[in-house]
Amino acid sequence: MTFNAFLSLLHGAGVTVSVSMAGIALGVPFGLVLALLRWRRVPLLAPLTTVYVSLLRSTPAVTLCLLIFFALPVIGIEIDALSAAIATLALNTAAFNCEIWRSGLTSFPREQVEAARTFGMSGTLIFRRIIFPQLWRTCLPALVNEMTLLIKSSTAIAVIGVAEITRAAIRIGAQTYDPLPPMLVATGIYVVLVLVFVGIQRLTERLYGQAGGAR
Amino acid sequence: MIRDVSLIWQNADRLLDGLTNTVILSLVGATLALVFGALVAIALMASNRAVRLTSRGLVDLMRCVPFLMLVYLVYYGLPRLGLRFDSWTAGLVAIVIYNTAYMAEIIRGIWSRLERETIEAGIAFGFHGWKLVARIVMPQIFLAAAPMIGNQLIQIIKDTAFLTIIAVPELTHAANSIQAQYFIPFATFLSAVLLYWALCMVVELGVFVVERIAEKRR
Repeated sequence: MTFNAFLSLLHGAGVTVSVSMAGIALGVPFGLVLALLRWRRVPLLAPLTTVYVSLLRSTPAVTLCLLIFFALPVIGIEIDALSAAIATLALNTAAFNCEIWRSGLTSFPREQVEAARTFGMSGTLIFRRIIFPQLWRTCLPALVNEMTLLIKSSTAIAVIGVAEITRAAIRIGAQTYDPLPPMLVATGIYVVLVLVFVGIQRLTERLYGQAGGAR
Repeated sequence: MIRDVSLIWQNADRLLDGLTNTVILSLVGATLALVFGALVAIALMASNRAVRLTSRGLVDLMRCVPFLMLVYLVYYGLPRLGLRFDSWTAGLVAIVIYNTAYMAEIIRGIWSRLERETIEAGIAFGFHGWKLVARIVMPQIFLAAAPMIGNQLIQIIKDTAFLTIIAVPELTHAANSIQAQYFIPFATFLSAVLLYWALCMVVELGVFVVERIAEKRR
């Protein structure tokens, strides 16, 4: 394996990380919105959210990726591979994030909300000043764990030709007729990426692990 | 749209073939992974330090690797070492190797929380050796592990979709070949997604039934 091949694997790693980050940046807030819809039992939207979460949690990332990339242009929405990849990861992770946010919301101490209401705070103010500052701390370890899973499922976007780590490894293997070295290096890069996230998760657990609930 | 649905209907047998392959790969893969996982769990619980640390290292490493990467290593990498599989077998081998690590971790978790009293009571009632394992230990482990094994099975079903990349004729592959032939991507992939959804519902139903049995036996 040449130095150039190694560089293109590193470039692939950059693509994997940036696409995953974009997926996380969109998926985490979208998951929170979905969780709030279910938590507040918004008519019509809450049951739709339930169906969305159930459906997306049982859809393979590869199938979702193909669906978005091939089907959207048919109904008139032009989408390039990179946007399709980001949309896949965001829609997929949002369903899992919704469940994390929701479990945090349902276990949130009711007394605090009632106390805030007694002080005359409005619904949005209660959420912004009382619930959310505690909610994100309790949910963070589980959210980081989901991010680790997202890095691993991001290999699915190779199927529509996004030049991330897996795709780069395949291409180098096909050019040199020696697939084993680039694949082992690629695997090594993934292990490092995942270990970084596992480290962040341990750190957040230590910092905020027991900080949830009434304190 | 009606034309799309009727085209899907005409090609339903291809989708069902794909679905059958997905189900067989998932079930056979999960069963083998469970058996090997139980063996690895014994190594994870071993009193020998070297055995315990080696198996822990291997299990942790496997859990850091993306499934698709392992599939490529088995399908393109192993032939370099003289082991050549066709794509179907390579897919199954990858599923088994990958999920053995996860199953071992599930079984180890349950095992370490198992109460000693029931085992001691079993011994007091004259159970020993294989009979003790088969009648007292294993039923407890598997009834308690059912929800986690069910979750893992859903994960395996979803992971089989990756095998389309090495041309295993599973559900996503069938859907992709139908959409490439008739250019009706929306209807085909949506049908595939709905079939995956139904499959996962069946698994969840199975877990629910096992949980009910476990509740009765407590």
